[in-house]
Amino acid sequence: MSIYGDSTKASSGTNYLTHTRGFLSWALTLDHKRIGVMYLVSVLTAFFFAGMAAMALRLELIAPGEWFLSQDNYNQMFTVHGALMVFLVLIPAVPAAMGNFVLPIMLGAKDVAFPRLNLFSYWLWVTGALFFVLALLTGGLDTGWTFYTPYSIEGDDHMSGAMGGVIPALTGAFVLGFSSIFTGLNFIVTIHRLRPPGMTWFRMPLFLWAIYATAIIQVMATPILGITLALLIVERAFGIGIFNPALGGDPVLYQHFFWFYSHPAVYIMILPGMGIISELISVHSHKHIFGYRFIAFSSVAIAIFGFLVWGHHMFTSGQSPLMNIMFSAITFSVSIPSAIKVFNWLATLYKGSISLNTPMLYALSFLFIFTIGGLTGLHLGTLATDIHLHDTYFVVAHFHYVMMGSAMIAMFGGLHHWWPKITGRMYNETLGRIACGLVFFGFNATFFTQFILGSKGMPRRYADYSAELMGAENFEIFHFWHFWSTIGSFVMALGFFLMLGYLVHSMFKGRQAPDNPWGGGSLEWQCSSPPPHDNFSEPPTVGDCYDYSMLEWDEKIQGYHRREEAATSGE
Amino acid sequence: MTDRTPAETEHAEHAGHHEVGHIVSVKFLFATCAALLVLTMLTVAAAQVDFTKYGLPEMNIVVALAIAVVKASLVCLFFMHLFWDRPINAYIIIVALAFVGIFIAFAMTDTFEYRADQQQYERVELKGGDSKDVQTKLLELQTP
Ligand SMILES: [Cu+2]
Repeated sequence: MSIYGDSTKASSGTNYLTHTRGFLSWALTLDHKRIGVMYLVSVLTAFFFAGMAAMALRLELIAPGEWFLSQDNYNQMFTVHGALMVFLVLIPAVPAAMGNFVLPIMLGAKDVAFPRLNLFSYWLWVTGALFFVLALLTGGLDTGWTFYTPYSIEGDDHMSGAMGGVIPALTGAFVLGFSSIFTGLNFIVTIHRLRPPGMTWFRMPLFLWAIYATAIIQVMATPILGITLALLIVERAFGIGIFNPALGGDPVLYQHFFWFYSHPAVYIMILPGMGIISELISVHSHKHIFGYRFIAFSSVAIAIFGFLVWGHHMFTSGQSPLMNIMFSAITFSVSIPSAIKVFNWLATLYKGSISLNTPMLYALSFLFIFTIGGLTGLHLGTLATDIHLHDTYFVVAHFHYVMMGSAMIAMFGGLHHWWPKITGRMYNETLGRIACGLVFFGFNATFFTQFILGSKGMPRRYADYSAELMGAENFEIFHFWHFWSTIGSFVMALGFFLMLGYLVHSMFKGRQAPDNPWGGGSLEWQCSSPPPHDNFSEPPTVGDCYDYSMLEWDEKIQGYHRREEAATSGE
Repeated sequence: MTDRTPAETEHAEHAGHHEVGHIVSVKFLFATCAALLVLTMLTVAAAQVDFTKYGLPEMNIVVALAIAVVKASLVCLFFMHLFWDRPINAYIIIVALAFVGIFIAFAMTDTFEYRADQQQYERVELKGGDSKDVQTKLLELQTP
C-alpha cells in the first residue's frame, strides 16, 4: 500500500494548504482542516493576550504595595485573564482547534457532518471575541470571570460607570456558548454517522471517545449558561429582580445557575485533553493502550457525574448544610473515573518502549501535574478544610494545576504530536524538549508556591499584601512565596516564547515531515503530511488503532512505515 | 468556494441508501395546531376561575401547568416528529428533562433549606441599623 511511508507524495501533489489560495479561500472554507487551523491561530492569539494579563498580575504581586496596577486595574486584569482563558481559550482549544483537524481524519471521513455549521461556529467564536473587545472599550468589568451577583448588577447606574463592560461581556459569553454547542452537535453527528465500515464504537481511538463525551456536555450544559447570562442581562438592563436581593431576587440562586453549567464546563476543558493523553501515552510508548474500555467508559462517567457536583463551588456562599453534605459526597465520587484513567495510563507506560519525544514529555508532565491537581481537589471537596482554604491561593493553585497544567499542557502535547500532520514540517526536537522543560518547571514554580501561600492564608484576588494589610509576620511569608511564584511565571513565559519561535521557524525551514513520524496507528497517520484536501482518496482500512506490531522505523524517511508482508495480508 | 464539500459529495453518492425523514401531512399539522389553540383558550378560561372559592387556592397554577405539559407534548411528538422517530431521540429528550429536573430539585431544596436563615436576617435588618449592626445582632441571636 503506497499510503504508508511514502513521503514524496506530499510534495508532489497538492495538499489542503495549497489546494486553493487567497484570503477568502480560508475565511469561507468548509474544509474542517482549515477551520481547525483558523481556530488554532485564533485560540493561541487569545492565549497570548490572556497570558499577558496574567503576567501583569504576577508582576504586580512580585513586591508589596500598589506599584504597577491600581486596585481597580488589578480587578479588571484578573477578570480579563479569567474570562478570556475560559471562554476563548480552554473551551474551544482542544475540541474546536485540535478536534476539528483530527476528528474527521481519525474517522477516515472527508469532513465533519455539517461543514457549514462548522464554519458558522468559527465565526461565532470571532463574534464572541469581538464582544469581549467591546466590553474592554466600554469601561471594562471587574466581576471575575464568573460574573457573580451582586458584582455584576452593581454600578453607579445600571448602564454605565466602571461596570459598562458587563453587558457586552455577557453577550460575548452567550455567543461563544452557541459556538461551543454547534461544535459539539457537529461532532456527535459526525461520530454517529461518518464512522467508516469496520470502525465499531470500541475500535475508535480514545481521543474520539473523549471528544464524544465532551460534545454531550457541550450540548446538554451550555444552554444553561445561555439562560443564566440572559437572565443576568435582563436583570441588569431592565431592573427585573432575579438575583438581586434589593429587587426580591436571590444571589445564591445565581451561583446555582452558573455552576450548573460551569462545573460541567470544567470537563469540557479537561476531557478532550485526557483524550489527547490517551493517544500520546500509547503512541510514544509503542504499546497497546491498557484498559481501553475502562478509559472509554470513564470519559462518559465523568461527563454524567460532572452534572451532579456543581454545589462544591458554593460551600461558603450560604448554601444550606444539607446540600453542602450532598455535594461534597458526590464530588468525591468523580475522583473514581479520573483515577481509573491515571492508573490505565501508568499501566500503559509499564514495560513500554518509551520515546521521550516532545509530545511524550508533555504527556508525562500532564500525569505529574494532573495527579497533584486532582489530589488537592480532595482538600477543597472536604467541607471542614474548605472553610479554611476557600478563596485563598490554594484554590487558585488547584484549578491552575487542572486547567493550565493539565488541559493546556495536554493541548500543547497534542499540538506537538499533530504539528507534522498539520504543517507537513518537523520542528526542532531539542528546542521542543527545552521549551517543555521550561514550561514544566516554570509552571510548578508558579503554582506550587501558591498552594503554600493559600494554606498560609493569603486570600485570592488581592492586589496587595503589604505589612499594614497582613501583619508583619504574614507579610514575610507572603512576600517570599509571591516573589518565587512570579519568577516561575517568567520562566514559563520564556518557554512559550521559545515554542512560538521554533514552531514558526519550522513552518519555513523545518524538515519535511514523514507521514508517520511517531509510529501512530490511528487513521490520521495513514494519510500524507499535510493531508490532501479530501483526506483519503479511497476509504482507509480500519484495524486496531493501538496495535503497533505492523509498524517499523524507516531510517530513509525518518518515520514509520508498515511492514511489507503485514501490509499485503491486511487486517 | 462554490463547489460542494466532500461530505456533501459523499451524501450525494449514497443518496439512494439514505432514509428520508418521516413526512407528516399538512392536514395533520393543522389539526395539531388547532388542538394547541384550543388548549390555549382553555388556559385563559381556566385562569378566570377563582379556585379559592372551592378551598383550592393553588389550583390555578396546577391547571395551567397541566395544560402546558399537554401542549409541550403535542409539539414534541408531532411537530418535532418524536412520535415517528427512532427511540434514541426520545431518550435524549427524556435525559435532558431529567437533568432539568435534577437542577430544579437541588436548587429548590437548597432555597427551602436556607430560607429560615434568610428570614432571620431580614427580620433583624428591618429593625433598622447599618449593615455592621446586622452582623453583630445576628451573631447575638445565634449564640445561645
Ligand atoms: Cu466544580
